[in-house]
Amino acid sequence: MNRYPLWKYLVVAVALLIGLIYTLPNFFGESPAVQVSSVKSTVRVDADTLQRAERALAAADIPHTGAQFDQLGPVGTVRLRLANTDLQLQARDILERAFNPDPADPSYVVALNLLPASPSWLTALGAKPMYLGLDLRGGVHFLLQIDMAGALATRYDTMASDVRTTLRNANIQAESIERVGNSIRIVASNDATAARINDALRSQLTDLQVSSGNEGGQIVLSAQLTQLAIRTVQENAVKQNMSTLHNRINELGVAEPVIQQQGADRIVVQLPGVQDVARAKEILGRTATLQVRLVDDSPGAQSALAGGTVPFGLERYEDSDGRPLLLRRQVILTGENLQDAQAGFDDNQQPAVHLTLDGKGSRIFRDVTRDNIGKRMAIVLFERGVGEVVTAPVIRGEIGGGRVQISGSMNTTEANDIALLLRAGSLAAPMEIVEERTVGPSLGADNIRQGFNATMWGFIAIAIFMIAYYTLFGVFSTIGLAFNLLLLIALLSMLQATLTLPGLAAVALTLGMAIDANVLINERIREELRAGRSPQQAIAEGFDRAWATILDSNVTSLIAGIALLAFGSGPVRGFAVVHCLGILTSMFSAVVGVRAITNLWYGRKRKLTKLSIG
Amino acid sequence: MEFFHFRKPIPFMRHRLIFNLISLVFFLLAIFFIATRGFHFSIEFTGGTVVEVTYPEAAPLDQVRGAVSDLGYTDFQVQNFGTSRDVLIRLPASADQNAAEQSQQVLSELQKAQPQVELRRVEFVGPQIGKELAYDGLLALLFVAVGIVIYLAVRFEWKFALAGMIANLHDVVIILGFFAFFQWEFSLAVLAGVLAVLGYSVNESVIIMDRIRENFRKHRKMSVAETIDLSVTQTMSRTVITHGSTQMMVLSILIFGGPTLHYFALALTIGIWFGIYSSIFVAAGLALALGAKREDMLRPVKKDDEVPGEELA
Repeated sequence: MNRYPLWKYLVVAVALLIGLIYTLPNFFGESPAVQVSSVKSTVRVDADTLQRAERALAAADIPHTGAQFDQLGPVGTVRLRLANTDLQLQARDILERAFNPDPADPSYVVALNLLPASPSWLTALGAKPMYLGLDLRGGVHFLLQIDMAGALATRYDTMASDVRTTLRNANIQAESIERVGNSIRIVASNDATAARINDALRSQLTDLQVSSGNEGGQIVLSAQLTQLAIRTVQENAVKQNMSTLHNRINELGVAEPVIQQQGADRIVVQLPGVQDVARAKEILGRTATLQVRLVDDSPGAQSALAGGTVPFGLERYEDSDGRPLLLRRQVILTGENLQDAQAGFDDNQQPAVHLTLDGKGSRIFRDVTRDNIGKRMAIVLFERGVGEVVTAPVIRGEIGGGRVQISGSMNTTEANDIALLLRAGSLAAPMEIVEERTVGPSLGADNIRQGFNATMWGFIAIAIFMIAYYTLFGVFSTIGLAFNLLLLIALLSMLQATLTLPGLAAVALTLGMAIDANVLINERIREELRAGRSPQQAIAEGFDRAWATILDSNVTSLIAGIALLAFGSGPVRGFAVVHCLGILTSMFSAVVGVRAITNLWYGRKRKLTKLSIG
Repeated sequence: MEFFHFRKPIPFMRHRLIFNLISLVFFLLAIFFIATRGFHFSIEFTGGTVVEVTYPEAAPLDQVRGAVSDLGYTDFQVQNFGTSRDVLIRLPASADQNAAEQSQQVLSELQKAQPQVELRRVEFVGPQIGKELAYDGLLALLFVAVGIVIYLAVRFEWKFALAGMIANLHDVVIILGFFAFFQWEFSLAVLAGVLAVLGYSVNESVIIMDRIRENFRKHRKMSVAETIDLSVTQTMSRTVITHGSTQMMVLSILIFGGPTLHYFALALTIGIWFGIYSSIFVAAGLALALGAKREDMLRPVKKDDEVPGEELA
């Protein structure tokens, strides 16, 4: 009667196998590696970079044990695995020389890193070690808050000037136009003008919502951004700040930075392994700037460029391919005038970048383009005080309306990159650090050791007690508990959920609580035996009746776990994830796993007279 | 081996007035201490900066205090953390937005006196975040309490649900009372522990209620109080063994888990012991006091379990 159908044994066996495979990578530790990433937003790391790095190492006769290229959003990274730390240091030096011929102006970051040392067949199965949180491996965590009020105020300022331009173009005379808090106040002399203003704004500035009122005989129109427009402003501010942070963090040469949005207006930045907090903060807070200037392609300037001199009033810059250009000193526009940059296509279906300028920028741009048809205009990005020309297109005609299109001689990838660069050049809105955690590497190692020891000794104590109290059934329970631990670790590795110190505590606690299911079952079997059931019947009844109770009690634990998951942040969330997963694995291992073992052991014995249950 | 083998049900219900009085006294004391002493919140809730440094030998605490007060701080704390070599410095939240740079400043000041001081950990939490965390914590507590009551009410009956919830919230209040009385640091990890305990000790009440329902069906002639006595007695073995096992694990965290998990484990320990007490002595008694009847539990009988009568042997 206590026999499982074959498929149930198979389910348990498959769970065991998957558990073993995915837990395995955690035992291999990490091997030294060198990683190459880009410092400059104009330099791309791609599969070619990987080949270049491999050639450089081959030329120096340094064997590497594995190479990989990863693309994470816009950021590419090349990683090369080495046999030991000596080779790692040599490889770093060689790659440093190969990729950054001019140490004063590095284009790449060559950094030391650690990669999981699991054999390749495990990696091919997608089995990775658990992802350790900063409190276990050391590093810096920042929570940055974006000043959305500031972003909105800026948007209203540009909107006010857009209103002015729109009304002027439509030949409508308003008494005054000004920004008052989060609205634009327009005063009109009479109803007819007010109605015309209303029509003009409604047709041309669709982001605005206009309402009118009467103040002491004057008609006052109040224009506010629509909810949709406000949301767009906020979303763009977060997006732009995140890509700016991405670019800057790349410079730090951090192995695996985490940059995530949290809530509507916050960004989490995690830099594992970074110890120099001061420098990290300095780089995160830095502002990159964008400038638009005219290119001087006159014969005089060309010959000066060839001769290596720079005439007065001009400055020499290089584009991303290293070609020199002479630019006028006068700055036409800055990044402040740029509202948006998106990759797209032009009328001939060629890749293009579409820029949107604010009202002031549009006016200036129209005047400059009208006067300089046939000349080139350069967009320069300044990072760390060094300017680089992102693109220098020829002006084909007067461009009004603030919508600019840059096209020709670029592919879709380049268009995307340029758009990103232009957007990411500077922060959309100021940010402040509202939370910071720094964990030194020694503390991280201590935390792992302590968490591991706590779990191990607790497990041993429970195992000894269970076996002493329930004898053979105690052994079954202990195997079930070990199975639970295996599944939990496998699940955490599979999901790549971040394991923190509270998470480790949750592993221990979950094991301590999971034993409840086994105790319930064992006590129930004892009771059934006492009530005069035959051993086989007692096993069946014990498991069946305990099941309802186990389910009930785990549901209440799960309610608490889910609440923690929903409302918790940071350390609490790490605890909650493990807690919830642990409840699920413990139900499976105690009810299905232990039953399978019990059935295997006792199921076939027809004339069973006694159970070893203490 | 068997620790609990009772031949007769223990008459818990006869003494439920005494048990409930004991609980009430503890509960009121806890409320009193929470009200008068308040909590020693960690910076996660209050905002501020914590800097943990380690010295190569026993740390000169007075020297550290001097160095920090030289920097112009008045309201700060310096204490050992875990070992005599590790020092924890708590700085208040400062209106000045460069608060995140405090740590750097403190470390360099300490390194002037002893260059080998090593930075172990820095935590800075802005005051705004602190408020949010406190708010979210309360929300989580509410969610758990309401969620569990609803679940129990659906699964059993409202009187039992309410009794179970009161018994377990009483555990939570007592844990909080301990933290207020001893002024132990109340951190996010402690909050997580408290909520985990809440979910866990409700198990206890669930298991007893399950058994009460089963016994209502089996022993139709027994009075409600007798049924409860029988059920509590039958499940007591499991209660103590399970909690004992969990306590072993928690003890292991307390001993080996290091200072960061210290108060977390402490909260769990108190929660487990009072959980045993309240499940055995309080929850079912409260249900009885609320007027729980056989009909309350047996109304939604879906299938008629023909369970043969059974006695404790």
